[in-house]
Amino acid sequence: MTTYLEFIQQNEERDGVRFSWNVWPSSRLEATRMVVPVAALFTPLKERPDLPPIQYEPVLCSRTTCRAVLNPLCQVDYRAKLWACNFCYQRNQFPPTYAGISELNQPAELLPQFSSIEYVVLRGPQMPLIFLYVVDTCMEDEDLQALKESMQMSLSLLPPTALVGLITFGRMVQVHELGCEGISKSYVFRGTKDLSAKQLQEMLGLSKVPVTQATRGPQVQQPPPSNRFLQPVQKIDMNLTDLLGELQRDPWPVPQGKRPLRSSGVALSIAVGLLECTFPNTGARIMMFIGGPATQGPGMVVGDELKTPIRSWHDIEKDNAKYVKKGTKHFEALANRAATTGHVIDIYACALDQTGLLEMKCCPNLTGGYMVMGDSFNTSLFKQTFQRVFTKDMHGQFKMGFGGTLEIKTSREIKISGAIGPCVSLNSKGPCVSENEIGTGGTCQWKICGLSPTTTLAIYFEVVNQHNAPIPQGGRGAIQFVTQYQHSSGQRRIRVTTIARNWADAQTQIQNIAASFDQEAAAILMARLAIYRAETEEGPDVLRWLDRQLIRLPVLLDSSSILADRILLMDTFFQILIYHGETIAQWRKSGYQDMPEYENFRHLLQAPVDDAQEILHSRFPMPRYIDTEHGGSQARFLLSKVNPSQTHNNMYAWGQESGAPILTDDVSLQVFMDHLKKLAVSSAA
Amino acid sequence: MFLWLKISMMKPAGPLGAAAPGGMLPQGPSPPGPHQFGQSGAHAQGHPPQRFTGPPPVNSAAPVNSAAPSYAPYSPSAQSSYPSPASTSSVTQLGNQFNAMHINSYGSGMAAPVQGPPGPPSAPSFQGPSRPPQPSIMQPGSQVLPPPPTALNGPGASPLPPSTHRQDGLPGPQYQPPPLPGQTLGPGYSPQQANYGLQMAGGQLAYPGGFPGGPAQMAGPPQLQKKLDPDSIPSPIQVIENDRATRGGQIYATNTRGQVPPLVTTDCVIQDQGNASPRYIRCTTYCFPCTSDMAKQAQIPLAAIIKPFATIPSNETPLYLVNHGENGPVRCNRCKAYMCPFMQFIEGGRRYQCGFCNCVNDVPPFYFQHLDHIGRRLDHYEKPELSLGSYEYVATLDYCRKNKPPNPPAFIFMIDVSYSNIKNGLVKLICEELKTVLEKLPKEEQEETSAIRVGFITYNKVLHFFNVKSNLAQPQMMVVTDVGEVFVPLLDGFLVNYQESQSVIHNLLDQIPEMFADSNENETVFAPVIQAGMEALKAADCAGKLFIFHSSLPTAEAPGKLRNRDDKKLINTDKEKILFQPQTNVYDSLAKDCVAHGCCVTLFLFPSQYVDVASLGLVPQLTGGTLYKYNNFQMHMDSQQFLNDLRNDIEKKIGFDAIMRVRTSTGFRATDFFGGIFMNNTTDVEMAAIDCDKAVTVEFKHDDKLGEDSGALIQCAVLYTTIGGQRRLRIHNLSLNCSSQLADLYKSCETDALINFFAKSAFKAVLHQPLKVIREILVNQTAHMLACYRKNCASPSAASQLILPDSMKVLPVYMNCLLKNCVLLSRPEISTDERAYQRQLVMTMGVADSQLFFYPQLLPIHTLDVKSTTLPAAIRCSESRLSEEGIFLLANGLNMFLWLGVSSPPELVQGIFNVPSFAHVNTDMTLLPEVGNPYSQTLRMIMSIIQQKRPYSMKLTIVKQREQPEMVFRQFLVEDKGLYGGSSYVDFLCCVHKEICQLLN
Repeated sequence: MTTYLEFIQQNEERDGVRFSWNVWPSSRLEATRMVVPVAALFTPLKERPDLPPIQYEPVLCSRTTCRAVLNPLCQVDYRAKLWACNFCYQRNQFPPTYAGISELNQPAELLPQFSSIEYVVLRGPQMPLIFLYVVDTCMEDEDLQALKESMQMSLSLLPPTALVGLITFGRMVQVHELGCEGISKSYVFRGTKDLSAKQLQEMLGLSKVPVTQATRGPQVQQPPPSNRFLQPVQKIDMNLTDLLGELQRDPWPVPQGKRPLRSSGVALSIAVGLLECTFPNTGARIMMFIGGPATQGPGMVVGDELKTPIRSWHDIEKDNAKYVKKGTKHFEALANRAATTGHVIDIYACALDQTGLLEMKCCPNLTGGYMVMGDSFNTSLFKQTFQRVFTKDMHGQFKMGFGGTLEIKTSREIKISGAIGPCVSLNSKGPCVSENEIGTGGTCQWKICGLSPTTTLAIYFEVVNQHNAPIPQGGRGAIQFVTQYQHSSGQRRIRVTTIARNWADAQTQIQNIAASFDQEAAAILMARLAIYRAETEEGPDVLRWLDRQLIRLPVLLDSSSILADRILLMDTFFQILIYHGETIAQWRKSGYQDMPEYENFRHLLQAPVDDAQEILHSRFPMPRYIDTEHGGSQARFLLSKVNPSQTHNNMYAWGQESGAPILTDDVSLQVFMDHLKKLAVSSAA
Repeated sequence: MFLWLKISMMKPAGPLGAAAPGGMLPQGPSPPGPHQFGQSGAHAQGHPPQRFTGPPPVNSAAPVNSAAPSYAPYSPSAQSSYPSPASTSSVTQLGNQFNAMHINSYGSGMAAPVQGPPGPPSAPSFQGPSRPPQPSIMQPGSQVLPPPPTALNGPGASPLPPSTHRQDGLPGPQYQPPPLPGQTLGPGYSPQQANYGLQMAGGQLAYPGGFPGGPAQMAGPPQLQKKLDPDSIPSPIQVIENDRATRGGQIYATNTRGQVPPLVTTDCVIQDQGNASPRYIRCTTYCFPCTSDMAKQAQIPLAAIIKPFATIPSNETPLYLVNHGENGPVRCNRCKAYMCPFMQFIEGGRRYQCGFCNCVNDVPPFYFQHLDHIGRRLDHYEKPELSLGSYEYVATLDYCRKNKPPNPPAFIFMIDVSYSNIKNGLVKLICEELKTVLEKLPKEEQEETSAIRVGFITYNKVLHFFNVKSNLAQPQMMVVTDVGEVFVPLLDGFLVNYQESQSVIHNLLDQIPEMFADSNENETVFAPVIQAGMEALKAADCAGKLFIFHSSLPTAEAPGKLRNRDDKKLINTDKEKILFQPQTNVYDSLAKDCVAHGCCVTLFLFPSQYVDVASLGLVPQLTGGTLYKYNNFQMHMDSQQFLNDLRNDIEKKIGFDAIMRVRTSTGFRATDFFGGIFMNNTTDVEMAAIDCDKAVTVEFKHDDKLGEDSGALIQCAVLYTTIGGQRRLRIHNLSLNCSSQLADLYKSCETDALINFFAKSAFKAVLHQPLKVIREILVNQTAHMLACYRKNCASPSAASQLILPDSMKVLPVYMNCLLKNCVLLSRPEISTDERAYQRQLVMTMGVADSQLFFYPQLLPIHTLDVKSTTLPAAIRCSESRLSEEGIFLLANGLNMFLWLGVSSPPELVQGIFNVPSFAHVNTDMTLLPEVGNPYSQTLRMIMSIIQQKRPYSMKLTIVKQREQPEMVFRQFLVEDKGLYGGSSYVDFLCCVHKEICQLLN
């Protein structure tokens, strides 16, 4: 018998699923008492290099309200060629193609190791991937140059059939026509006037690509549809290179004391509208690069007067930021439009000051896009992060999925409360939808416009079985995740994951349930819930969950650890920091590591660097890598994160052998834990 | 705003005068006041009511049964036999005839045939072979000299009438017979006027109140009536030739107040000696009546036609530029008039009295100069502003927008690239031409290259801006589809220096025709195009000119969208005026914006059907631009005409962002302005630009009495930006006489200027009043002016006599031409667009252009002397003057016709066309072949001379006698009865005569 740890790990690797509880309390009452709900972290496109996609389509339960996919948990009558749906117990005839089925000749979807399986839909046209670059030109020449290089780089990584488009903006918004000979053409729009998709369609003279017609009738290999603004890379590669080469900073003069006029709101609106009226329901990625906040038009974050600073957290809290609500509303509307048509919005914001991501964050959030923040486009942080967007798998395909829909089917005893993650509801009601909403609820289907192998949704369930209706011994609850998406090869694919967990009576088998608790998964599930509530409701204590995370870190992340003879490696997801204590730094400066007799020291120095490199390799976005030493300016990143066990308030109470004092009024973990313990005991009493 | 403006507002404003709203005449046939159009009817109250109600006066009905046969026919060859000004001109013969008729009508027998010798008793005095040519007109100063005994009212002559009689100021029905001239006339002394005894049996007149029917006294049935001999009525050709003979080729010095300049058709050298050259200012009369009562009595319009940027021939001195540095021009403290020869220095030169408002000003210290013994500054001849009528000042920053020196102006070329323009090759033609013509952008004389920047826009129903920055490898096109709210998508790279960006621009011009080769866009916008150009100039903070090449009715959804509203049913109704008004007020407010930003719009129209010129042309008109129209443009036929116009328009001298102010001495003031102008108030004439061909006609009214001693002074100041981006003031000064004698007034009139004024005021009134009323007013006022003369200035004669003042001898024929112009002719056969176009055209014309436009020049070519470089003598525009054996050239400033008689001399046909005979001549050409033959060379030289001074390139049409196209040509034979109505000269003269008789009774 394996341990739960192994079981959890195995399940995660095979199905991309982690549950907060791996044995489920069998009644509603018990489940609600357990505080942490039955919930799962589900990674729809969990990388499964070992799982070859199956070249046929799934067999569905014939009950119209169920339509579950045939899976290894179904009971099969090989002689009668029948199978029973394990969700609705409907008995279904196998389709004629399954005529040869027998115990010895089972289709893959019935094998237990294929609890996750991927089907390829062969119907319909293969749509090219679409990448629409939306580029802010109000930035320093250096930044713009670096950004142009990064974009050039990305072009070289795109498959030749991919369609690309370019929108640039500053005071005005320019939609560039691609593939023009002898002259470069662009359509220019006012940065202050929002346009509906219909207006845009008329103004750009666009016609819709007839997707619905193309699905019927014999498939003629047609060239992928394109228009003047979205053209295959192979065709306009040179042209686009020239275009980017001539791209200049926004030429409109910026008077003294003013910010450049930046029309981010209209630019994004036009990008969304362009895709909406040309390629609805086709995988497309809007990549928006901004070098500052929107300063005019819909979605503006701050006026162009430099004397009025951009809103701070303080202003927002006091409802003193006049553009926030309006701006957020604009971007939310855009995010919803993009999500409806299945397009992804990425935002890459590089500036030293704020860029208004608060208002724009819903765009990546609702469409499954990336949001990357940096100091400058001319940093390796941005360059490498951006490059990582175009990482390819072993088949040379991008690790991206588009236009996904996730549908969840459950056994009768359990219902879906909702999901938290980069998704929007498809408002599909059904028997397995709970009335208690957590996150995006009230539906059993969600749209996830952008998927990566690490895109993970938190899905919350509710046990609905009544206390007086016990589940038969050995009964299992089952959940099926059906993810349809456009693979980066252009194929439509369906990935089906079916899992089952045991039921247990909380009164008699509480140990079993307790043992099945997945602390990490639960922490993250609760954290997501907390953040979701923080955003949608008023001021819950999010910090508490973050603190719990901190407890789990290897070296005690405490200022008392910062000692002269230590080398510290800190990983805060966004930053990787190697800190050399004062003594170590002196040794390093003296060059001990280069002397053969101190090879040991060299290894010591090298070890954290190697560790850091490993993390840097895989993480997205690329973390800020900091190599610093005692007293170095960059050491502030460490000092700002550690637990302030020593502050200016108490440093003299500690002895000479103390760590570095932290100048903060936050309480130390020690104080917090003491307080927590006291509270826990008192409330229990 | 300009300081200039602020100050100018301080002049006490009088009554609004002409600008007062609600200027509709009362309904019905009420006769006009002196300022008929758009005026309140107040002046008209005292005048006689409808005159054509009763039967014609007995005398006037006197038919001259056989006048014509007894005289030698007046053939062109006969004319050419009097080429020398010194010899007896044909005037005398004409005079003979007039006299003969005069005598005849004195005779008792109304139907008495005119027989016998052409020499009436007074004939010998006409035939004096060495009569000095009109000495009186050369008299300097206002001193009245007795006329020489032999003076006659020959054409062009303006003998001085007796000046002693006092005018009776009572107008209207209370007319008393005017007091007779005090002195007696010798027996041989002919009246000062041409007296014409006229029969009134002309055909039915097309004019309102025309001939009401056959008079009872008629001797015979109407069909037997013989027409009056055309040679017996005043000939414009004679007037022109006479003036040319007496004043042509001489030096005309402007040193005398109130002197009447030579006619516009006369070539002479003008020397500025204190008054502006007549090339800049011409007046309807050079002697103003002293009182407004007198002005009302005569009803002669008091107006000046100002062409501030007129081209000066190379043998005349260009304007001096005065630069007072930071001090700026010296101006009167009260009325703000600029220093000029009319300022009187006093107190040893420390002060000066303003000639306009009489205010005594201190001379600024920097400007002080001692006076000489006659009270003139010692530096009088060193300072242009003290001794010349016209000069320029360098303006200081106070005269600039925002107190900043202006940027050099820009030209923006805006090409309609809709389907039809691509299809017929027009776009390609324009683009090709721009490549060469841009090399010739106007520049300041001292500069090596032009400071003017250029920009390019193409459009159909969206706009395409082009970035042609010099460092670009290829041009960039920026499409603006938001035509509802058009904006300028780029700043840097739109307006560029042509020399620097030449390769990018050529690249662009090469590409434009191909770029849209596959376009099938038919719809166009128009107002957004102008808006875009204006916004571009605004963004670049400069004035400039838009060149728009457009061909269709703008029907695309956008501001200024137009529908086809050409409704022939409106013609001859009170609503006819709607056809001349713009369809929407979008263009009016657009024009206002354009003027405010110094954006001049020139429009080249290539319509193949109705395009609503009245709407499209409004902005060009109000912004001082030019409207060119090429109907049914065909590449092989019309491209030459268009390209000439384009070249000429780009190269012509022009001032931008101009504001004009006309100041006058006390007692009168400018009340109404006509031209390519925009006025926000009653005094400041704003012009986005003004070029060398544009004239502004200014009407004056009395405020008070004018003194004979002080005269009437006019100062026209134009503040403008030069093509090099310098702010300047151009000043023109003119002094006129004042007199309490009506005769002085009539003596100093200028018919060409009068017609210019009448045309403009009538064409302006077309927008507000029924055409019928306007035509009535014109006829009535003509009659009134002449009747007033007859009554007050002419020697007594029988009422049946038509007596015309010498200076207005050709007023009837010219007035008839104006009345026959298609604008005033309510006929459905004439295209509405053509009428709107001609209306607009005339509004900005100078006197020379309007003279030619209304009375075309008709030259016999078959009598050409190939050895001479002078033009052949013109002949009158009448079919009777043509001959089958002849070839004639006709030009009116817009069109040129070469008419070939069926029996044209073959050697001439061969010489000109290089074909053996008349039958071989191909009329399908707009350029004469270059044949190395003296006939061909001379003819082409003549044509180029005629073309040279004209603002529009004339399209040549070859017309063969008795072929269909001849109909078009005949419309220009303006002395004949019009094709679409409009009476002949003779008939009109009868009509006017009858009116006069009516008035006198």
